[in-house]
Parts: sequence; C-alpha cells; structure tokens
Amino acid sequence: MSHALLAIRDLTKRFGATTVLDGVDLDVARGEVVVVIGASGSGKTTLLRCVNALVPYDSGSVTLDGVEIGYTAPGSGVRRSDRALAALRADIGMVFQMFNLFPHLTARDNVALGLRVTRGMPKAEARVRAEHWLARVGLADRMDHLPSQLSGGQQQRVGIARAVAMEPKLLLLDEITSALDPELVGEVLDVVRGLAADGMTMLMVTHEMSFARDAGHRVVFMDKGRIAEEGRPNEVLGRPQSDRLRRFLRRIELRTE
Amino acid sequence: MIYALPFLGEGFLVTLAVSGLVVAGSLGLGLVLGTALAFGPRWLGLPIRAFADTARAIPLIVLIFTVYYGLPALGANLPPFWAAVAALTLFKTGHVIEIVRGAVGSIAPGQMEAAKAIGLTFVARLRYVIFPQAVRRFLPPWINSVTDSVKGSALVSLVGVVDLMLAIQQVIGRTYQPMPLYLLGAAIYIAVNATLSVASRRLEARFARVVAA
Repeated sequence: MSHALLAIRDLTKRFGATTVLDGVDLDVARGEVVVVIGASGSGKTTLLRCVNALVPYDSGSVTLDGVEIGYTAPGSGVRRSDRALAALRADIGMVFQMFNLFPHLTARDNVALGLRVTRGMPKAEARVRAEHWLARVGLADRMDHLPSQLSGGQQQRVGIARAVAMEPKLLLLDEITSALDPELVGEVLDVVRGLAADGMTMLMVTHEMSFARDAGHRVVFMDKGRIAEEGRPNEVLGRPQSDRLRRFLRRIELRTE
Repeated sequence: MIYALPFLGEGFLVTLAVSGLVVAGSLGLGLVLGTALAFGPRWLGLPIRAFADTARAIPLIVLIFTVYYGLPALGANLPPFWAAVAALTLFKTGHVIEIVRGAVGSIAPGQMEAAKAIGLTFVARLRYVIFPQAVRRFLPPWINSVTDSVKGSALVSLVGVVDLMLAIQQVIGRTYQPMPLYLLGAAIYIAVNATLSVASRRLEARFARVVAA
C-alpha cells in the first residue's frame, strides 16, 4: 500500500458540533475499485467530497500521487488557492447523484467544456474526444441533445463521459444510481464495469450491493464517521463482523427485493 | 416651437449620455459586487449588503444632492454632470447587486460543484456555467431597472445639468406653453423606453430558447 494513488490519513471533518468524519484512514491503489457503503449520515459522501476539496477538511491529510489536496502541505493549515485547487481537481473526476449536467449545453458540450477550458484543447480536438467518450457510454446518437431531452440513465452516462474524458487519475462516484428509476440502473453500472475493466481507479459510494460484490476490489463499511469494517467484497458482505453491518445489509436487501 | 428643437435635441443627448453612463457603470459594479455577495466570504458580503441596502433606501433626489454638495466638502470638486452621474450610478448599483445576487443565487449549487469537478477556475465557472444560466433570470428585472434609469435621469436637471427635462423647462420659460412641451417630453421618454422594452423581449425570447431547461 505504500504506492497508493490516493492516501487518506486521520481525516476529520466537523459541521458545527457534529463530527462527520472521525479519523478516517484509507488507501486506494492504482487501478483499484473501492466501494464505500454505509447508512445515510455515516460520512461516506463527505469522505468523497473531501477528496476533491468540494468541502474543506479540518485535520488529517488527503494526498493524490503524494500531493496534498486541500492544503498547501499536510498539516500546514493553509488552504490551497482556487487556481491550485482547479489544477488538482482536473485529475480527479467526479460523478454526482443528481447528475449536475450543465442544462444550457448539449451532451457534447457538457463533455467538451473541461477539455477546452481546463485542458486548453483546441475546439476540434475537444469535440472529437467528447464524441469518442459519448460513443463509449452508448450515446453516439444523442450528442446534440440537451440534458432535458435525455432520460435519467442517459444523463448520468453523459455525467460519466464528462468526468472520464478528462482522463483523471481517480474517479469519484457518489451514489450515481440513487436518483434513477430501477430499470435504468443497469445501463449506468455497465458503463462503470467497463471503466473498471480498463483499469480506472475508482472510489465509489453506492447501495448496489451486487455491483459491489462483482465489480469492487474492496468494500469499506462506514459508520458514524469511521471505517468500521473493510476487506474483500465477499468477506465484508458475506461475513459481516459487527451487528451494525449485519443490520445495514439486511435493510438494504429488504429494500432491493 | 420648431426653433427650440435643436436645443431640445441637445438636452436629449445629455439624457442619453447620463442614462448610458449610469447603466454601464452600475452594470459593471453590480456584476462584480453582486457576484461577490453571492459567492464571496462573509467579511466581503456584509459591507456589500450594507451598501446595497443603503443605496436603495435613500430617495434618489436626496442621494443626488448629497453627492453634489457633499463631495466638494470632501475635497472632490466634480462638475454637476459627473456628480449627478455618480449619484445615479450608486443608486442603480444597489439595484443591480440585488438582481445579480438573485439571478446567480437561483442556480442550483450542484452546477458550481460540477464546474469545480472538471477543474474550472472561479472565473471560468462563472463565465461558462453560472452566468449563461443566470442571464435568463437577470434580464427581465434588469431591463426594468434600465428604463428606471432613463426616467431617473430627469432628476439631474435639479443640479443644473441641461438634460431633456431642463431643456424643456427652459423652453417653457420663454414660450409660456407648458402643455405641448411636456407632452413632447413625455413622448420622447416613452419612445426610448418602449424601444428598450421591445428589445428586451426579443433578448429574453432568445435566451429562453438557448436555455430550454
């Protein structure tokens, strides 16, 4: 684990008097797919948002390729400037629960925007790259559609294309199927499976246990802002050690039946 | 009355100049301050809020006289034209700050986050993601405030700037024919603002098509 791409150490985050993350340690190796599960309020979404500094963390450290994300150095207490953060975020893709597509841009322009502005790619090249990724997620015939003209599953696939077109080192996926109708979940997860097969490093929050089992390399169970259990998917999901995890898994199963 | 038309024309140009300067100045200042109010830190937001509330709470005519008589006391001796433009701009900026804050504030926070996630800097996030969506909400109240500026510019006549309003009054002073001249003045103001209204409806329709959300 010494060559972890993402290294999270003693990460702590408070919102007022509430401690949302309470000393989290987590490594993600290159090419690894780590699935984070846990009840709502367990801190899993906040963990993801700390990794690309969408929320500032109070103490501890988050490093990608050895570079501290939120602060100028581990423990320096000096937040990075917006410009420095932007440069770091360019290498960290994120897919959101509510898609967050840009409603005024077509599918193609949603994907091309970061390529053109952040990566400084010429317009034609960005367009080709955007079309490549949209085709890859099965939307070759939807390039000129606005988000409002797409189904939820299609919108989320654009969201994935927008993130991976930047060729990030790490992809964060925050409950990306939670807002979808059940029959649309499969098409989105298939895209994620394909990315995993290609070796994309992913940190993913999800309630899709069957996906965690067959696509995840490691499962992390969070409870009250801490990592309560972690290990290979079959171990964690098949032989839960704590009552809390057993109860959580039972609730999830009841819901998905 | 015909011989007075060139004189009235000059006044009309002054009215257009005052309105144009006030609209441009308040738009620039209001965009920066309104955006800072919406996205900036608290220490920056509090004075901006205080300024916007104060500027809007003072009757325009009080503001004009305060700037006109107050600036010389502070050692800044502005000609009446510029003192009046400054006062109107302060007043209008208060409104534009509110309009900008409301418009960008109506954009879902997820838009800013998604823009951050693809590595856009703050200015790029505004330019490519926030403003293009906010402009639809911004235009209707802003055009209203532009027509307000044109009407409000008539108050500069009170500090001796010969705009359309004062030109009309001076002509009346010589001809003793108030009604035809005031009607002519009203017609000119209506023509300007009606043109603005039509242009704004075209603009709104265009943006509504672009952002078919």
